[in-house]
Parts: sequence; C-alpha cells; structure tokens
Amino acid sequence: METQTKELKFEVKKKKAFDVHEIRKDFPILHRLVHNKPLIYFDNAATTQKPKQVIETITNYYSNLNSNIHRGVHYLSQAATSEFECARNIVKSFINARYDEEIIFTRGATEAINLVAYSYGETNLKEGDEVLITEMEHHSNIVPWQIVCSKTGAKLKVVPFDDNGELILDELEKIISPKTKIVSVVHISNSLGTINPIEYIIRRAHDVGAVVLIDGSQSIQHLPVDVQKLDCDFFVFSGHKIYGPTGIGVLYGKKEILESMPPYQGGGDMILSVTFEKTIYNVLPHKFEAGTPHIEGAIGLGSAIRYVQNIGLDVIFDYETKLLNYASERLKEIPEVKIIGNAKNKASLVSFVVENVHPHDIGTLLDRDGIAIRTGHHCTEPVMRHFGVPATSRASFAFYNTFEEIDQLVLSLKKIVAKFK
Amino acid sequence: MDEVDLLYQEMILDHNKNPRNFGELEDATHKAVGHNPLCGDHIEIFLKVKDGKVEDVKFKGVGCAISKASASIMTTVLKGKTLDEVKNLFEKFHNVITSKPDEPVNTEELGKLAVFAGVREFPVRVKCATLAWHTLIEAIEKKDSVLTVE
Repeated sequence: METQTKELKFEVKKKKAFDVHEIRKDFPILHRLVHNKPLIYFDNAATTQKPKQVIETITNYYSNLNSNIHRGVHYLSQAATSEFECARNIVKSFINARYDEEIIFTRGATEAINLVAYSYGETNLKEGDEVLITEMEHHSNIVPWQIVCSKTGAKLKVVPFDDNGELILDELEKIISPKTKIVSVVHISNSLGTINPIEYIIRRAHDVGAVVLIDGSQSIQHLPVDVQKLDCDFFVFSGHKIYGPTGIGVLYGKKEILESMPPYQGGGDMILSVTFEKTIYNVLPHKFEAGTPHIEGAIGLGSAIRYVQNIGLDVIFDYETKLLNYASERLKEIPEVKIIGNAKNKASLVSFVVENVHPHDIGTLLDRDGIAIRTGHHCTEPVMRHFGVPATSRASFAFYNTFEEIDQLVLSLKKIVAKFK
Repeated sequence: MDEVDLLYQEMILDHNKNPRNFGELEDATHKAVGHNPLCGDHIEIFLKVKDGKVEDVKFKGVGCAISKASASIMTTVLKGKTLDEVKNLFEKFHNVITSKPDEPVNTEELGKLAVFAGVREFPVRVKCATLAWHTLIEAIEKKDSVLTVE
C-alpha cells in the first residue's frame, strides 16, 4: 500500500510544471548561509547536492535495514539485499541496459575505468595495439590507460580538439585504424562543457573492431542515456554527480564482454567456491563486486535516480540549457571575461578566465559572497595547456540553480574586476 | 575591515599589478624554481649573494595576486640582509600567517610583510603566500641548482 501511495505522489508531481522554487525545498543545504550570505552553489560538476529524499533513504537504511547483503538468511539481510538489488534494477532501467547483471557497482567512475583498463585492457592489449582517447579527458580517463599501455606495450593515441573545444573528427579519422582496440571518450567535458558526438565515435570505433568506453560522469545528470541505442560497450558514471552519495559509481558493460573478462579484485562475494587448489568465480555482476559493497550508497543512488526521473531529464536539460545561455550572455557584459569552451553542443557549465585576475583570487572573493565555484585545472591539465592558461574558473549549474543566482555571480565578478583594476 | 579586504589590501593589489624586481638576474649566484601543481603557480627566484649578504634578488613567474605580491614584496625587503637574517624573517612571517585567527601575533618585526597577516583567515591560501619564500630558501640551501618545489 505504501509503495502505491508513493508512486501516486510521483505521478501528481510530474504533471506539475517545473518550478525551481519548489525543487529547492527538497535540498536542505541550499538554505544555509556561507559567510553570512545565502549559499549559491555553482560547483555541480564537482559534486551535486542531495535532495532530502536521498538523505532520508540513507537514514532509513541505517535506522531500519542495516545488514550485510547476499549471504544472510535473516530478515534484515534479505531486506537489505532486496533494496540493494532494486537499486541495480533502477540503474539498469535508467540507462536502458538489457540485464541487471550488466550493472556493476564501483566506488565511482574512476574505479570503473580502472576496472576496464586492468581487466579488459591487460587481457586484450598487446604490443602494436592502440588505445584512443581525446585531448579533453579527465585525468581519470588518461592515467589508467597510460598504466595499462606501459604494461602491455600498446600505444596511447589522442584525438585533439579545436579552439572552440570541439573534437576534430578529421583527426580522429587519421588516427583510428584496425590497430585501435579500445576507444575511451568522455561524453561531456568537465572543463569545457562540450557534448561530444559519441554516437559517431562509437560507430567509427566499431567499424575498426574496437570496444568503446564512454565516461558519463558529466552527462548522466544532464542528458537521457540509452546504452543500447548508443551501442557503447562500457558506460561509467559516479553517483555523487547525479544527486546521490559519494563512494558509489556504476560500470555498465555488455554482458558478453563482462563475462569474458577476468575479475578485477578477489575476495568475498565474487566467488562460488574456494579451495586452495582452485577458486570458481561467481557469475555477473558479483564477479566484479568483491567484498561488502557500499550498500547504502547503492540504495541512495537508486533514490537519487528516482528523484531525477520524477522531474524528467528532458525537463532538466531544457531548464539547464536556459541557465547556460543566460549565464553565457550575461558574462559577455564583462569585457575582461573570456569563456573557455564554446562548443555548439554544450552542457550547463561555463569555464572562464578574467584578464589580470587569477582564478584563485576569483574563487576566494566569490566565496566571500557565498558563491561556490571551482578554480584550478579541473583534473584536465592537457585542456589547460591547449588554451595556454594555468587554471580557469568554472561555474557549473544544476536544475536547482536560478537566474537570480547567475545575476549575483555577474554582480560579484564585476566587483572583483573593478577591485583589480 | 572585512576579512577579505584584509586579505586583498591596497599594497597587495598594487604589487600584484606592478610587481617589483620582476625579471631575471644574469649574475645570480643562487636560483630555484617553485611550482604549485594544485593551482598551476610557477615562480623563479634569482638571488645574488655577496659576502654572505643579499645583494640583489629578482623573480618571475605566474600566480595569483597573493603569490605574486608575496614574491614582489619579499624582493623589496631582502637586500642587505644576511642569509641567516633572511631565514629568520621567513620563520617569523610563516608563524604569523599560519597562526590561528584568534591567536595574538606580533607583526611589528615583520615590517611591510605584516600586510599578509590577513592570510591566516584563509588557510587554503597560505601556500600562495609562502611559495616565493619556500623557493627562496631552496635557492639558498641548494646553491646553484634549479629545482622544483612541490
């Protein structure tokens, strides 16, 4: 009965028009003060805030369900297992995977990429093979491949981007070949906001027989993702960037590929039987989930995805695009501001530099006005090098941000520019 | 004064905009490169020591207002000091900017450097204010070598 009421509530809410002030009531942290100013949280590409529904799910788990999963016969263990597996099913439906067991819970996108690099990469790469990434990858989609390349003798190839921050597909055509065995590409750049043409890249990779990993860390919270339609072989994301807890992430992989891969870590839960002579590994997804997992993390992620589905990713994308366009327009009022990353297809973040003001000074001064942005290289040093800047300031928006908050950002920036004149 | 105005005082903004002793010193006896990988700050210190005293000092590099002003102001207070006096001054400077905001501090013997006392309200910015100094100390201790401080 309780479930039915809940679903009914979701239904009713969904029919209402998007109301940002209603949405903001769900996020307790948005109502606090920072340095005696109302918090304006523009660091959503680093991590998102959590709605009370997610916080309550986690509290409820520890208050009513806490137990280890998959092996207990007692009530709590079964209840916790069922919630955990339900979360897997929520993720599966959310990205339209074929099977629940194609969803592997990891610590985050970073661990998911490492899992593929070590398990798939080390097994399948050999000297003369090539791994293809892009110039705009996060360090977490560069370093694991460098490590696996140095172990296997494979070569890392990099597709460059142009000064707007768009991948140069002609260069991809020059680099991609039957030697290419793995293509690992970011869906949306965390420092430029570029939405990459992954459908095309996936098709070209498959043409030459390579498998494709899509880093969805910055797309899963902004765009509807359908892994079957995309036909990517792997898709990874972190829970905390989609309004869920930290320490939980997802590796999606096509079942037949995951089945062919050796385990990444050994331990409990990933085995069927163990003797000192021979260990038989468990089936998917457990083969890749050694040890007690982040149970409340997975359940919290499930709750976060439900929350996002309830608003609708199409509605979210539409509103966030309006925020992006508004911010880009308003920032043009300040001649000293230069936006880094001007791709035609862009997600809701603005990276910028300000003439004669270092990003760290901007970060400190905005913070005093209650505005949280990110300053630094955003774990994308090659991107900074491309534009010849040591760092940028980045304001990244979520559906709970408002146009008034952007006005405040512009006002504060104008003050800062004047101060440094 | 608001804490942030204490951090970005007029003198700091001025030295950021018009850094003093900016450039290379061809006859440097000591030099070192300082690098803060977190924020991408990069500084080079050139030091000329004669008879145990600082005869000249210059710097170049990129960084935030705090790190640039710190380097610039540093170069204006070193000339004529013995190397021990330089180290001593850095220690006092370091003590002040890493002290807790409510702790009483003696900024009198810091002279011009007292302008950085506001940094202690911003623990994440302490490294910005000390980068030039750490690099200077490296230059003194690892004479004639260029190295990276991380």
